[in-house]
Amino acid sequence: MKKEVKEMNTGDTAWVLTSSALVLLMTIPGLAFFYGGLVRRKNVLSVLMQCFIIVCVISLQWILYGYSLTFGPDIKGIIGNLDWFGLRGVGGTPNPDYAATIPHSAFMIFQAMFAVITPALIIGTYAERMKFSAFLIFTILWATFVYDPLGHWVWGTGGWLKGLGALDFAGGIVVHTSSGISALVLAILIGKRIGYGNGVTYRPHNMPFTVLGGALLWFGWFGFNAGSALGANELAAHAFITTNTATAAAGLTWALIEWKHNGAPTALGAVSGAVSGLVAITPACGFVNPVNAIFIGIVAGVICYFAVAKVKAALGYDDALDVFGIHGVGGIWGTLATGLFAEKAVNEAGANGLFFGDAHQFLVQCLLVVVTVIFAAVMTFIIYKVVNALVCARVAKKEEIVGLDLTQHSESAYTLVE
Amino acid sequence: MKYIVAVIQPHKLDEVMKSLEEAEVNLVTVSNVLGRGRQKGVTEVYRGAKEAGSLLKKIKLEIAVNEDFVEPTIQAIIKCARTGDMGDGKIFILDLPEVIRIRTGEKGGTAIG
Repeated sequence: MKKEVKEMNTGDTAWVLTSSALVLLMTIPGLAFFYGGLVRRKNVLSVLMQCFIIVCVISLQWILYGYSLTFGPDIKGIIGNLDWFGLRGVGGTPNPDYAATIPHSAFMIFQAMFAVITPALIIGTYAERMKFSAFLIFTILWATFVYDPLGHWVWGTGGWLKGLGALDFAGGIVVHTSSGISALVLAILIGKRIGYGNGVTYRPHNMPFTVLGGALLWFGWFGFNAGSALGANELAAHAFITTNTATAAAGLTWALIEWKHNGAPTALGAVSGAVSGLVAITPACGFVNPVNAIFIGIVAGVICYFAVAKVKAALGYDDALDVFGIHGVGGIWGTLATGLFAEKAVNEAGANGLFFGDAHQFLVQCLLVVVTVIFAAVMTFIIYKVVNALVCARVAKKEEIVGLDLTQHSESAYTLVE
Repeated sequence: MKYIVAVIQPHKLDEVMKSLEEAEVNLVTVSNVLGRGRQKGVTEVYRGAKEAGSLLKKIKLEIAVNEDFVEPTIQAIIKCARTGDMGDGKIFILDLPEVIRIRTGEKGGTAIG
């Protein structure tokens, strides 16, 4: 007992708990307002509500069985067992496999916030047309059959991808690639919004909300990335710096590309670019040096811009708020970039990437991407088919025209008269 | 009696209101409106997607006047709302058969001022 008290570090514990709250802030209000501002007036509450309810639903799922499936005692590298159902045995004693200097329960709640934000990211793809009941069922099934297993493979003790040496510091693969790929599949399955590509304009209804939400994402992301050091230490400071650096580079890059291509740098472009940089640096932030973080950010800004502005338009799928273009593409780039730029001089627990003399890690990162893309795509396809068969995923045409706020929630966001 | 509807540039509102006051025209209803003219609006760009034909923000003034005040009102608006560029707006004059003051029930010319 005395030994455990000595091992526990109050500074580490304080930082991880603070980071947990910061990651919650990313979902509500950060992501909620980032997405909420981008939709039309008639749908803003539906987006805020979906973000909010995901916090409620996944918090419960995680405590009951999600944490146990993801981080619990391993079954053949595939999934955790249910020994930790209802947090049985997850208490104050640190779990040295995950974080030796903080209570196991602190690690658990930190991870809960990751489990919350991941399905919330997907909201952006089916925004303005998914039935609330379908959204709820999809979210619970997706968290259980995509996030929890994938999290176990990459982060759980005994997970098979972790065993191969896969590196994902804070969730570039588990959070962003998985949600981004699933978003692309969903956008195709659920179909375009009425009038999409036929001259209907989808002007963001409140750009200040979007900029505010994007800024809160940036702020909260320090908990996401620097918090993933799981201690108040040098590595946390390092991840903080690489995160900020890549984000700055990506936000600037996107705005400059737009300036050249469309004649004006837009606020939406700067914020979107910053988010693409945050995504791309997420898997790499604890393994790469700050100068390479600039490069990771610049490339993220370029490829995510083209994915959103050119590829989406060319292929014609309606990923309403660009979850694939930013989180999918940015997440894949960041995961591969980790295999290029990782260096042991930054983090002994990491590896040397291709540019530091070791091709092996890059190949592992490629495998990680391939596995995640296939797994997320196939599972999302199956889950969507189940949901659609149960409740019909899409709202009726008339409901879509009237708006989800009124038809799904019996509310209006803005009054026009006193 | 005439009902004068003027659509003007938003940044000209303060000057036009002052000019109307100097012409002793006090009754004005002002609204924010959207519209377009021969320029066909403006183009906005969101994440690389160009949204052509976005409507321009304008201010609409609605003014009810007796015949004597029609010309001074028009001149007051033109004097301050004109910049000489495209988009300065329009003035529409409509016949106004009746005006009723809600408080007193007065009708016609006496109810206007």
